[in-house]
Amino acid sequence: MNLCMLTIQQAQALLREKKITAVELIRAVMDRIRSIENKVGAFITLVETSAMEQAREADRRIDSGDSSVLLGIPVAVKDILCTRGIRTTCGSGILKNFIPPYDATAIQRLREAGAVIIGKTNMDEFAMGSSTEYSAFKVTRNPWDLSRIPGGSSGGSAAAVAADMCLGALGSDTGGSVRQPASHCGVVGMKPTYGRVSRFGLVAFASSLDQVGVLAKSVYDSALLMRVISGHDPRDSTSAPVPVPDYTRDFKEGLKGVTIGVPVEYRSLEGMDADVSEAFSKSIQTMESLGARCVEVSLPHTPYAVAAYYVIAPSEASSNLARYDGVKYGFRDPEATDLSSMYCKTRSKGFGPEVQRRILIGTYCLSAGYYDAYYKKASQIRTLIIQDFKKAFETCQVLLSPVAPTPAFPIGEKVEDPLTMYLSDVFTLSANLSGIPGISIPCGFSKEGLPIGLQLMGNHFDETMLYRAAYHFEKATDFHLKKPQL
Amino acid sequence: MNITREEVIRVAGLARLDLDDKTVDRMCAQISEVLGYVAQLNRVDTQNVPPTSNTLSLTNAFREDERAAHLDRELALSNAPQANDGDFIVPKIIQE
Repeated sequence: MNLCMLTIQQAQALLREKKITAVELIRAVMDRIRSIENKVGAFITLVETSAMEQAREADRRIDSGDSSVLLGIPVAVKDILCTRGIRTTCGSGILKNFIPPYDATAIQRLREAGAVIIGKTNMDEFAMGSSTEYSAFKVTRNPWDLSRIPGGSSGGSAAAVAADMCLGALGSDTGGSVRQPASHCGVVGMKPTYGRVSRFGLVAFASSLDQVGVLAKSVYDSALLMRVISGHDPRDSTSAPVPVPDYTRDFKEGLKGVTIGVPVEYRSLEGMDADVSEAFSKSIQTMESLGARCVEVSLPHTPYAVAAYYVIAPSEASSNLARYDGVKYGFRDPEATDLSSMYCKTRSKGFGPEVQRRILIGTYCLSAGYYDAYYKKASQIRTLIIQDFKKAFETCQVLLSPVAPTPAFPIGEKVEDPLTMYLSDVFTLSANLSGIPGISIPCGFSKEGLPIGLQLMGNHFDETMLYRAAYHFEKATDFHLKKPQL
Repeated sequence: MNITREEVIRVAGLARLDLDDKTVDRMCAQISEVLGYVAQLNRVDTQNVPPTSNTLSLTNAFREDERAAHLDRELALSNAPQANDGDFIVPKIIQE
């Protein structure tokens, strides 16, 4: 078996038993990247030299009996997380030469756990998009069908995990940006509770929705990575001061006694692909066969989630992205002659079309006379959506839904049609609006052989329950074991 | 809900974006479509519903006001498009 195909769990065991070395493992991953990266295009930046150094250091630490949880494990990182000394572009021309002077907290925790960072993955510019097509640098292709998108915005991370170009990856999720690409690439994608992972060093998109998440080859690996990056951080005032459990704690418990809610509103959605519907129905049966009780629940404000989201997210983005002014870091247009034209030229040349579109929508919604009609209204609807979930979690512990209404779509299909692109986020963005955790796990394939994902959502800080249900579903099925042919 | 060309240009000015004529036309159509979709929010009665801006209901996170490690000045300036002698350099603000 090629070492790059290992899960983190398998690699960890082999490294500790000294059957393989970290250097061999990193070399296998780098060879894999060399042979298929020109087809997939998952990475913006690779750091092979420093990765090999870290691997040698990991081998020394293993030899001295160090058993740090990710020691020697090659991990890819979405290019939205600041990495000290490694260029961090956020998929944008405005940050194409930005070299962060510090590590994001999630990166610092990865490093402390011994992980080897191998590179920075492609993404939609500033994480705004569902296909990774809005990257200023390159198109990432779905490893299962190179003519299709990998999903987004963490498309590079999802494709890299699916194509064995790393053993696990970090992403970020503001409206589904970890879960949707995980679904399209056939891997496990977790967005934890808002506040679970520090946002320090995560380039801001929409601050009340952004959360760091992980992409992995198995539920166990996902739980392992999540535990490493979770926890309170004084440098993020929205990080929650709550204890971090071992998310694998309840794997030994079955699903008997667990109640799973199936929102009725999600079943009657227009534009649902037949294969997705079928895979979803079968997934409900699988959960029942494992002993869970499945009941219908109602989330009556679901139809308004997309509209509320596409007011709140662009509004917060327009405010956050005001910082790109060509003064402190990032691109500055050299043609500018005065301060005002420097701002305008820098921003117009530095931001791509989708980012400019969202800045305009957000600025409009926040401008004098419109604030109450848009941002305030959407924030009130957000309250109603949260109340829907609260009520649902009185009768069940897990909610089940598809991740995306269709499998991965062809490259170029929606790139000029923003509203259609936005509507494909319908299942995922409620979890961001309400702050609850959501995980995407493989649950089937379409007739064309494209992966389909199943979403499990849980109550605030109840990731342990999600991992437990996801683990048993994975154990009872073999979708996660299939590999794309490249 | 249609947004006019003038409104797009006004909002672009607020956001410090220069749009050429073709982009204004395209943004007009696309933003109108999005705002048209968003208008469905008005169907929901939100009287007496408080707005949510933080899903965790966290209040202010206080800390002691103590000296701590900070970024070195040179490092903080290392990404500046133009810097000199410990300062950021910008084009002249006040014209003669």
